[in-house]
Amino acid sequence: MFDIDLWREIFQSINKNRTRSILSGFTIAFAILLFTILFGIANGLENTFIELFGTDAKNSIVIFPGRTTKAHKGLQSGRRIRFKNEDYNYILEEFGDNVEYITSKVNRNVEASFKGEKNSYQVRAVHPEHMYIENNVVEKGRYINNRDLQNRTKVAVIGNAIKEDLFIREEAVGKYINLNGIPYKVVGVFSDDEGDNEENVIYTPITTAQRVYGNNDYVDFIHLTYNPKLNYDQAIAFGNSLTRKLKNKFDVANDDQRAIRVRNFAEGTRNVSQMMFVLNLIVLFVGSGTLIAGIMGISNIMVFIVKERTKEIGVRKALGASPRSIVSIILLESILITSLAGYVGLLIGATVLKIFGPGLKDYFITNPGVNSGVVIGATIILIISGALAGYLPANKASKIKPIVALRDE
Amino acid sequence: MLKISDLHKSYAIGDTSLHVLKGIDLSVEEGEMVAIMGSSGSGKSTLLNIIGMLDVADSGEYILDGLPIDNLTEKKAAVYRNKFLGFIFQSFNLINYKNALENVALPLYYQGLKRKKRQELGMFHLGKVGLTDWAHHLPKELSGGQKQRVAIARALAANPKLLLADEPTGALDTKTSYEIMEFIQQLNDEGKTILMVTHEEDIANMCKRIVRLRDGVIMEDKKVTQVRASQYV
Ligand SMILES: Nc1ncnc2c1ncn2[C@@H]1O[C@H](COP(=O)(O)OP(=O)(O)OP(=O)(O)O)[C@@H](O)[C@H]1O
Ligand SMILES: [Mg+2]
Repeated sequence: MFDIDLWREIFQSINKNRTRSILSGFTIAFAILLFTILFGIANGLENTFIELFGTDAKNSIVIFPGRTTKAHKGLQSGRRIRFKNEDYNYILEEFGDNVEYITSKVNRNVEASFKGEKNSYQVRAVHPEHMYIENNVVEKGRYINNRDLQNRTKVAVIGNAIKEDLFIREEAVGKYINLNGIPYKVVGVFSDDEGDNEENVIYTPITTAQRVYGNNDYVDFIHLTYNPKLNYDQAIAFGNSLTRKLKNKFDVANDDQRAIRVRNFAEGTRNVSQMMFVLNLIVLFVGSGTLIAGIMGISNIMVFIVKERTKEIGVRKALGASPRSIVSIILLESILITSLAGYVGLLIGATVLKIFGPGLKDYFITNPGVNSGVVIGATIILIISGALAGYLPANKASKIKPIVALRDE
Repeated sequence: MLKISDLHKSYAIGDTSLHVLKGIDLSVEEGEMVAIMGSSGSGKSTLLNIIGMLDVADSGEYILDGLPIDNLTEKKAAVYRNKFLGFIFQSFNLINYKNALENVALPLYYQGLKRKKRQELGMFHLGKVGLTDWAHHLPKELSGGQKQRVAIARALAANPKLLLADEPTGALDTKTSYEIMEFIQQLNDEGKTILMVTHEEDIANMCKRIVRLRDGVIMEDKKVTQVRASQYV
């Protein structure tokens, strides 16, 4: 394989027949170009979906109470369902193994002020684990902790955006922020890479909110993440059984879709990954179709080349060329043309993606491109393709009888 | 050097078969220079090709240099052709995209020699046919006589025992033909065994023995006094 003289022979032959070699490489270059662009676009679509989901935990399940729409067990429809702390405990008791993080939530809009600055924001009263569910990053100070829950302390963790609006150049941690007239001590500032929307939020302990907003133990909704060890199907099954159990607990008809709603991200994630699978399949299908056309093209032209070189091959055999050396020449020539052409296609494809990629954001395509894995894969595919394309002509060449090749004058 | 007995060869043409060689008996000693003559279609090339292992006989015995040539694999045949035989063709059969030196060095490549050695030997043989200055020219830049001299150098490069030439002067004018014959005679003087097919009596008379074929058998086989080509050039 790495016989330098053999390569010299091959380069000489390709060089002498440049036009022919370029022509035969054209289809392969085109196939790889198409493949690269399709693949890049599929990649871009996937990137868009990933971005849409944000950096929130992708294994989220959110449970909202609502109103019943069906009479059930002697209870009339239109009944309001409310979660309490016991429901949070119930979920942990029943499904503790399947739960990674869990938080109850009470959401309120408040008028917040510090010194002269004021604005309205959302307060989310949560459990400490909320930090992991929402992927909040504490920039300064700390997050809500268990002591806050126990003591129902009036503490707040504010988003970076709020800090900048209300505290401007002042240090926020340790100061008191006024929420609807009640002073809360700011114990932390957080950031969220989903941007300003998610940073215009104030977190307080859930227990504090329950006391301040009615002295009860009501919960607006419950947000949890399922154990990441669960696969999509298991996660969906978990969501379903959670829904059923809760409906049962609240005497809600099983087919009542409004009373208790469970939003399981696993379903969406599974849909996206299924869609990506199908998309990749299509890309693979189209790509390999073109590739096969390219291989057949090269093979055809190589057969033609062998025919054209019949005489030369006959002479070589008369001079003592072994069948193997003839096969090597044709096969390696085919592999070389295929690989070179393929890389040209890959290069053009990658360049096209690089130039036009940023403009495709409006079409749900983010950062289309090829990675090194694709390049390595393409190399292997090209070498195999070249060998496939060269096989038939090489075989033909090795079967050429010198006597037949040397006749016909 | 070689011994052939009762050699037969037919070609299938459609449904019928054409019996070309109908029992050839021929033996050639080392150092001989034999002309094979006969009318067109009498089977001269067929015989030469079988001797050169480019074709196989249907039946009969063929022993080359003590080795029975029978049922050779392609690989073995390639080795024998490379080691024992040198070919010179009427139409030169040089590889058109290789220069004179590369053409001459090609059999050496198949012998597995190193590039440097090949270049060296190639230049040596080109020198022998007087084409040192043309080493880096492509065949299309050479005259017919020069091309045939390159082909002779190529046939000699692998230092074969037997040189086979099918109408080596067939495509050349008389003067050039004699020049080529002079080379071939020189090779024979140096001890190479030579078998050549020719149509021309004057060329045949420059050999030491003439074998005439007719209707697939040897009609005449006689020694002749060699006419030296040098007296004409
Ligand atoms: N591969 C083949 N298939 C069929 N017929 C063939 C084949 N090779 C040769 N022949 C026939 O066999 C006969 C002998 O051919 P050959 O080439 O040996 O003749 P030749 O004596 O060399 O003639 P020439 O002087 O014209 O070169 C011819 O009739 C030719 O047509
Ligand atoms: Mg002939």
